[in-house]
Amino acid sequence: MNATFLLPVLILLSSLVPGMIIFFLPEEWRTARTALNLFGAVLKVLLVGLVALGIASGEAYETRLPLVPGVDLALVIDPLAILLSVLSAVLWLVTTIYAVGYLEGSPDRSRFFGFFSICVTATVGVAMAGNLVTFLLFYELLTLSTYPLVVHRGTEVARRAGRAYLFYTLTGGVLLLAGIAWLYGIAGTLEFAPRGFLSELPADVHPELTAIFVLLIAGVGVKAALVPLHGWLPQAMVAPAPVSALLHAVAVVKAGAFGIVRIVQNVYGVEFSEELGVAGPLAAVASVTIVYGSLRALQQNDLKRRLAFSTVSQVSYIALGVAIAGPIASIGGLVHLVHQGIMKITLFFCAGNFAETLGVHKVDEMRGVGRRMPWTTGAFTVAACGMIGLPPLAGFVSKWYLGLGAAAVGDSWVILILIVSGLLNAGYFLPILYIAWFEAPPEPAEQTPRSGGRLETSWQLLLPPVATAALTLIVGLFAAAPWSPLRWVQLVASLGFAE
Amino acid sequence: MTGADGTPLIVAALLLPLAGAAIAFAMPRTTRWVGIATAVVLLAVVVMLCGAVGAGGELSHAVGGWGAPLGIALRVDGLSAAMLLTTAAVSLAVAAYGRSYFRDESAGPAGFTPLSMLLIAGLNALFVSGDLFNVYVTLEVLGLSAAALVARAGTPEALTGAMRYLLVTVAASLVYLLGVALLYHLTGTLDIRLVGARLESGAAAWSAVGLIGAAMLLKSAVFPLHFWLPPAHANAPAPVSALLSALVVKASLYVLLRVWLDVLPAARADFGAVVGALGCAAVLWGSTQALRQDQLKLLVAYSTVAQVGYLFIPFAFTSAAAAGTAWRGAVYLVLCHALAKTAMFMSVGNIQLFGGDRIGELDRVVQRLPLTMAAFAVAGITVAGLPPSGGFVAKWLILEAAVQEGRWFVSAVVLVGGLLASIYVFRVIGPAFTKGAQPRQPRRVPNAMEWVAFAVALATVLLGFFGMPLLELIDAGAPFGNALEPER
Repeated sequence: MNATFLLPVLILLSSLVPGMIIFFLPEEWRTARTALNLFGAVLKVLLVGLVALGIASGEAYETRLPLVPGVDLALVIDPLAILLSVLSAVLWLVTTIYAVGYLEGSPDRSRFFGFFSICVTATVGVAMAGNLVTFLLFYELLTLSTYPLVVHRGTEVARRAGRAYLFYTLTGGVLLLAGIAWLYGIAGTLEFAPRGFLSELPADVHPELTAIFVLLIAGVGVKAALVPLHGWLPQAMVAPAPVSALLHAVAVVKAGAFGIVRIVQNVYGVEFSEELGVAGPLAAVASVTIVYGSLRALQQNDLKRRLAFSTVSQVSYIALGVAIAGPIASIGGLVHLVHQGIMKITLFFCAGNFAETLGVHKVDEMRGVGRRMPWTTGAFTVAACGMIGLPPLAGFVSKWYLGLGAAAVGDSWVILILIVSGLLNAGYFLPILYIAWFEAPPEPAEQTPRSGGRLETSWQLLLPPVATAALTLIVGLFAAAPWSPLRWVQLVASLGFAE
Repeated sequence: MTGADGTPLIVAALLLPLAGAAIAFAMPRTTRWVGIATAVVLLAVVVMLCGAVGAGGELSHAVGGWGAPLGIALRVDGLSAAMLLTTAAVSLAVAAYGRSYFRDESAGPAGFTPLSMLLIAGLNALFVSGDLFNVYVTLEVLGLSAAALVARAGTPEALTGAMRYLLVTVAASLVYLLGVALLYHLTGTLDIRLVGARLESGAAAWSAVGLIGAAMLLKSAVFPLHFWLPPAHANAPAPVSALLSALVVKASLYVLLRVWLDVLPAARADFGAVVGALGCAAVLWGSTQALRQDQLKLLVAYSTVAQVGYLFIPFAFTSAAAAGTAWRGAVYLVLCHALAKTAMFMSVGNIQLFGGDRIGELDRVVQRLPLTMAAFAVAGITVAGLPPSGGFVAKWLILEAAVQEGRWFVSAVVLVGGLLASIYVFRVIGPAFTKGAQPRQPRRVPNAMEWVAFAVALATVLLGFFGMPLLELIDAGAPFGNALEPER
């Protein structure tokens, strides 16, 4: 039993154990709870960083525990796993700081942070899953641990949202389980392989494989909010802002999108998906989702709702990227997994700041917030421009590679989608920026419920969005640097293709 | 394989609960300690027994040195060992919980400890019996002690439920006895293995096996013979409900399995499809009924009807490989469901003690009992078959077998049953997160009762990770070997 065996387990435990302890901490032990939270979060970032370095230098990390004959609980860290692990570890740390500030003085914090920790444990588990059963295990754990976060406020609206969330995701889980069991019956194995493990099967099971693909994608598509399975996501925005941030950027939606990537790349293999004729329809569904989500976002006046529909749209870039043949489009899709996370978490942090500090929830109430909260509005602006795809921000890099990849394989309609979607993104983000910066604030300005002394709001709320906004700029600006997400994604994508 | 090493362990597993019952009966003041002490020792003994079976295959003991057909044989294979382990684990949990639950009551002859120990003794004797008449005796011990335990609540509903249960169980035992008499007439022996070797297929043999099957389906409350279960389980005191749901309904599954595997394997091909279909119907019916209940305990009781259905589904499988996989899953589900249901009934017991047993008023209760609620929720994960839990492992195996045989309907039932279960579990957990006013002065729930429920629930999750040794134990001595032979 050496370090390569233990590290995957330690990564899971670094958030699970603090979470379990936090459940039993009395409500008023604020310092102990915060210390535990931060300890876990920092430890996880360090461990994941250590493993990432190891992977980069050719080390392999794998832990197995037989669950039933023939199926293991497998934690296998490959470059793709690192992508989601690093993203969730870093953003969890940021979100923890934000959540501590955001929930200051509100009830049930021990319960909240307990489930918060389990949630991130499940996400990292999803990332490190080495086969479909392990994936399902953590995927369901994620469903169960986010439900209490969605309904945290305990209002009737939250309750309804929670019910919708559970109904959608549990049904998705059942579809996924059905697909997995069926696949196991045919293939006899469920272990992820770099280029899929199904291409060797005889041609007469191909119709079954197609049906299984539909089941599996429908199962993970619920969390990835593919239209028409997205209904829960806009409702779930009633959750507290840190939860929305987590849901949209790090955990739930990401787990779904990541599942699509795993299924296309490591179960079917990109080339075999093309051969089977399932990649095209997936790309079509993703495109419809991109346009539909943007159109709906245009109509929303509630800021968080607009952001939620924006998520519906943006996450499907990931699915679109992996569904288009060829490594370049895959790079675009995979890098968006990271980029969308950084940008969307910034937007939700900012929306939370507006709501908490100024009591602003609606777009048309945002007149002049730029003058009252310049830093937050600045962060919001950077992230929104990134979402639109303006260079040199993160979103531009994703869209550039998506367009390039589509052009390389002759799918020029994808470029049209990208242009339309870019215009729609501009259509729902630019008015917000205009209202925020250029319209005069209402007179007299409302009381600010939360004061940060000389700062526009408390530092715990201000630091996270500013940091992630800076990250949006950095990963775009230094996309060619050796440590950038783009470089890592190029490594991941190269594994999925023969050449 | 006959292992001399195992004999003292088998005998100890039989006598320990009897001794406990006797001491608790004779010296009522000791009951607070006798129950739990006996359960601890019993669990230790059974774990050692499982170790011996796992290492050496089947253990057997001829009582008084007389072998069959003259004497009585005791046999323990992997299947028996798994059932014994389930019983010992649940009895320890219930003893620990019952100490606090019954602490205010005067312990008398009808006290909880002696009766529950008698029940455990009956179960243990059943699981080691190699003889059809012994099985009958143990079934009667079980039925009588269970009915007495249900009646302990003393309410009119409990007495009615107990009476109905008593009539059902006695009737079923008589039908079983009739079947056994027929078999004795045909073969001249009562030893299960010898009956199996001597029995020739024919109308009389089929009738005998059919009678036994019908009796056991009634005792296990398999749809549509489940009518007696909800009132009995819902009106009994919480620890009793736990014993009944976790253990007693599964005793008859064990008998049916033994008889069909060892006496007339051919029966499986003909009756199997019917029993499997009833199992599927039970899953759907029990789950939908659980969804409609307003009383918390009835919801849990209907959930038992549904979960027992899963246990009978494997009878439907015909190919050797699929049936073997499915049975491993079903026996594993016996253990996992037993613990999960124990935890659930304990949680419900806590909630009732606190004040309130209607789902509509839960939001006023559950926020003040977070640990109890957590126990219910965690146990619910196993009941719904969601990962990570033992229930998932079990249902995965059943699903795997269904897919392997291409039985799409069975697969769909397993999946839909899981979804329905998550919905009815959620009906209870949902209110825990919403605010409600506290209408009346709550009673304090002892810490021990909350912690025991939670610990048992947690065990079901651990079973999701560490199932392999137990799955291997179930296979020890190849209990399903006979069923699989025709195909080999």
